[in-house]
Amino acid sequence: MGAAHGVSPAPAESAMEAARAAHDAAERAARQSYGRLVAILSARTRDIAASEDALAEAFARALERWPQDGVPLQPDAWLLSVARHRVLDAWRHRLVQDEAAQTLLLLADELADDHGEGAMAVPDERLRLLFVCAHPAIDAAARAPLMLQTVLGLDAARMAGAFLTAPATLGQRLVRAKARIRAAAIPFEFPRARDLPQRVQDVQDGIYAAYGTGWDEVDGGDPTRRGLTAEAIDLGRILCGLMPGDAEAHGLLALMLFCESRAAARRGEAGDYVPLDRQDIARWDEAMRQQAEQALRHAAGLGQLGAYQIEAAIQSAHCARRLGAEVPADALVALYDALLALRPGIGARVSRACAIASAQGHAAGLRALDEMSPAEIANYQPFWAARAHLLGQAGQLDAAREAYARASGLSTSPAIRAYLAAEAARL
Amino acid sequence: MEYMLMFYQPNAEFDQKPGPGSEAYMANWMSYVGAVRGSGIVRDGHGLQPPMTGTTLRVRGDKRQVQDGPFADAKEQLGGYFIIDVPDLDTALEWAARAPCASTGGVEVRPVWVPPTA
Repeated sequence: MGAAHGVSPAPAESAMEAARAAHDAAERAARQSYGRLVAILSARTRDIAASEDALAEAFARALERWPQDGVPLQPDAWLLSVARHRVLDAWRHRLVQDEAAQTLLLLADELADDHGEGAMAVPDERLRLLFVCAHPAIDAAARAPLMLQTVLGLDAARMAGAFLTAPATLGQRLVRAKARIRAAAIPFEFPRARDLPQRVQDVQDGIYAAYGTGWDEVDGGDPTRRGLTAEAIDLGRILCGLMPGDAEAHGLLALMLFCESRAAARRGEAGDYVPLDRQDIARWDEAMRQQAEQALRHAAGLGQLGAYQIEAAIQSAHCARRLGAEVPADALVALYDALLALRPGIGARVSRACAIASAQGHAAGLRALDEMSPAEIANYQPFWAARAHLLGQAGQLDAAREAYARASGLSTSPAIRAYLAAEAARL
Repeated sequence: MEYMLMFYQPNAEFDQKPGPGSEAYMANWMSYVGAVRGSGIVRDGHGLQPPMTGTTLRVRGDKRQVQDGPFADAKEQLGGYFIIDVPDLDTALEWAARAPCASTGGVEVRPVWVPPTA
């Protein structure tokens, strides 16, 4: 262990370390600031695709320069400045007349930032970006992937499985949506007061759609693969931070956290499907459940009732079993009635029928299911699974077997097919 | 729009002898076929006998080559197909995802060619 060993590492080694540090810094900046930077660039240009291209170049440039020059004090500001110049270069290149005014504004932004202490903070414009992504003029199917792409930087290939969409189709949808924002000049502004509630709901629906597709994609079992659910929760947290006074933003976050807290318990040791009422409560994530309760309490304190808060309350009621209590069936029916009054939906109607069956017996549950229209339920798997279960309780075994087969045929999950077959065999 | 769903199954599934496991497997297919037909979207569809019952013919120049078995020696083989009429590719993919072989082999979804109208 002589002093000679204390010399600085060999040049090759230190270059590798610098490269790694630069890479890590760029990646951190990419993850934490991607949406912020896309938002602030696009707010001025309305051209999301060009902003993304410019940012991609800025990130590449950072990886080239930072190993030599060191990581700048404000990586965000550095990336933003480089990206802005890329956008300006692209415009100068095309010499488009009507963009001259925009060019001046973009230059003005850059100058205004330079007047600071050199350590300016990049303002957060992501809420405006979310409003644009969920704008009524954008195809509803494109909204959730557009948010995930522009705010978190996910690419189409990564999202295609979750959305069960061909990668080429999803890519086209995103390109079309961005072209529409630009061509229709969808403003990066806050919606007018009278539009605000609907626009906020569109944003929340987009985030919840992202959560739902992530939930469906990953067939439980492997806890390291959570699909897009973690990303959707990230969006939910960002929204709560941006709209702290919106009760439904906190309700939505609570709902996603309740579901996520039970994600590990939805499969048994052998990867078999475990229904909610038979889940091992020791496998629920208690810390996450508490975060969910906290978000729901916070939402309730804001005094604006909404559908996401009711859905979160339903999830909270299912957690009563954690304290050894029965899940309160009458309360669940009342919650589903309230939910359906605010937001009619096929899923809530099936769940309400199941709650009615728990509270008043299988005959009442079956009657509630029979009220649904045949066209609506023909390909809706949960309907057939619920119907099969209740028919089994009613002793109508042939009809129950038929319904189990229909549910199985509509399922995309081998684990759920195996569960349904086992239930049918127990009849 | 019409799409063909082509069900590709791993070779092991064709080799399966009748037994307890194969009953559950067949039941899954019966349920799936029942659900697809129950939805009223089926234009046509068949299951096929195992690949080794196939015979492949090629004509090369003036020579005819006849070979036992399928066209290509692959890990997965075509086991059957449906032609379905659904509004869009997304819906076709949803039906493809429900096929039992989606989780063991794969399903190719291809639009049916429509001849240009004169």
